[in-house]
Amino acid sequence: MSNSLAGRLDDVAGDAGYHDHPPRMGFFTDTSICIGCKACEVACKEWNQVPEDGISLSGMSYDNSLMLGADTWRHVAFVEKTVPTEPAITGVDQAADGLQWLMASDVCKHCTHAACLDVCPTGSLFRTEFGTVVVQEDICNGCGYCVPACPYGVIDQREDDGRVFKCTLCYDRLSVGEEPACAKACPTDSIQFGELSELRQRAEHRVAELHDKGVDVARLYGQDPDDGVGGDGAFFLLLDDAEVYGLPPDPVVTTRDLPAMWRHVGMAALGLVGAGIAAFIGRPR
Amino acid sequence: MREQPLVPEPEFASYYGRPILKPPVWKQPDVPMYLFLGGLAGASALLAEGAAMSGRPALERVARIGAASGAAFGTVALVHDLGRPERFLNMLRVIKLTSPLSVGSWVLAPFSGLATAALASNLTGRLPVLGRLAGLGAGALGPALATYTAALITNTAVPAWHEAFQEMPWIFAGSGASAAGGLGMLGAPVDQAGPARRLAVIGAALELGGSELAIRRLGMLAEPYREGKPGMLMKTARALTAGSAAVALLGGRSRVLSGLAGAGLLVSSAITRFGIFGAGVASAKDPKYTVVPQRERLRRREAVGAAQG
Ligand code: SF4
Repeated sequence: MSNSLAGRLDDVAGDAGYHDHPPRMGFFTDTSICIGCKACEVACKEWNQVPEDGISLSGMSYDNSLMLGADTWRHVAFVEKTVPTEPAITGVDQAADGLQWLMASDVCKHCTHAACLDVCPTGSLFRTEFGTVVVQEDICNGCGYCVPACPYGVIDQREDDGRVFKCTLCYDRLSVGEEPACAKACPTDSIQFGELSELRQRAEHRVAELHDKGVDVARLYGQDPDDGVGGDGAFFLLLDDAEVYGLPPDPVVTTRDLPAMWRHVGMAALGLVGAGIAAFIGRPR
Repeated sequence: MREQPLVPEPEFASYYGRPILKPPVWKQPDVPMYLFLGGLAGASALLAEGAAMSGRPALERVARIGAASGAAFGTVALVHDLGRPERFLNMLRVIKLTSPLSVGSWVLAPFSGLATAALASNLTGRLPVLGRLAGLGAGALGPALATYTAALITNTAVPAWHEAFQEMPWIFAGSGASAAGGLGMLGAPVDQAGPARRLAVIGAALELGGSELAIRRLGMLAEPYREGKPGMLMKTARALTAGSAAVALLGGRSRVLSGLAGAGLLVSSAITRFGIFGAGVASAKDPKYTVVPQRERLRRREAVGAAQG
């Protein structure tokens, strides 16, 4: 069980009780080079044998899988933006009719302080030696607490099955030294897998490079170890505000406030005892 | 009802208007019912001990029934809500202070056992000493059972729940007390129901006061508690709680009025839980409640950062 609830935490696996452990592994998803091919979605489904999640058109550009969920562990978002028709000022590919696509492959963030893991009452959700967050399906009893706890709306319950499912960062593949299926399948290296510390450096360089090229809108999302979840194990380079991609702009792990919550619960419980006593002292009848 | 000033809808960006959060998958009526039953059971156990100590056997009997049956039906509701009910014992595999559901399971399990034992002894007259000890144990755990559920729902990313974490335990404590008091008024003769009446009135005041404070403090996140079906439930519950408490205060010495007021308080306590539950779900489903407050938070942080250079 994790000892710290919020704030900066450099050794997340160590905090979870691993003494000898590999470095923290993660994803850096550089959405500026995503081409929206959905190879990641397909590779993920194939490798992890994730059931079909609806073969239908959503009307939301080329997005057909809508959002992350129990049966969608990688989700490619397609944002259609109207932009001025002058030659590319952004350095990003533009269609001639003034339409720009923002494409981004979303995934579980493998938070440093993972609310899903904190609130899990059975210990089914656990921290791996790689610092990732995984559900043990043989223990999950389908209480569903992790679902509204996740500040990113990632994890969800499979209705016919009752249990919850999400990205495991291909725990099985990592254990044998393989990279996750989505990263392997990504043809443009938009999804990069590696040691988190190394990925963070690489991402800083990439943003600086884009800024130099005049792509001022480039920004990192989830890389800051001082943010509300202590930084994401899977972070992103975005070309617009987070909410445009369906991501929360300033997520905070709910358990950061849990000590205060327990304090208020304790006071209210004592208050209830007081009310009980007051009810019996008052007048005799 | 006060007139609400018309605020223009805030502008915010989203991904095709889709929710960012996953709304709770907890089922209705199971979970709101559990919130109600936990409050009723916990506060009833307390009332039962007071009744036993002050020599009010009829009130004690009713309260013991409320404690034991509330816990039993609550457990059924909780287990029924699980995606894999046959694995409900996995709740007791570990104890995790970071999970209110884990802590709550460890409160509910012994509470149920003790409250049931106390009731059995009370009904049969057997093992009176052990029965009273069991009752004392249930009475000690009762306040925790009635209030931990506030941490259960506020320890989520659900905006209308999470941001109300200061008031929610008081609202739940009050709602539990008014339900337990209400049951006592309904089931015990008026000459023994005095403490039930007072507990109910104090509880109603706590519940109404706590809700009012929360609604004032929450700003935009108070909307889900005012609008739509949850808003209607909250409004109904408020009126019924206030009305029943007034009847209890003024006419509580009439058997008929006491019973009516008690029933009203029981029902309004349940409606409150459904209203709060629904408001949370609504706030998770609308990206507005995720994006706007978070943007505002970022903006303020940046302003502070800029001011500090
Ligand atoms: S993004 Fe959600 S599901 Fe993934 S680790 Fe964080 S809290 Fe858990």
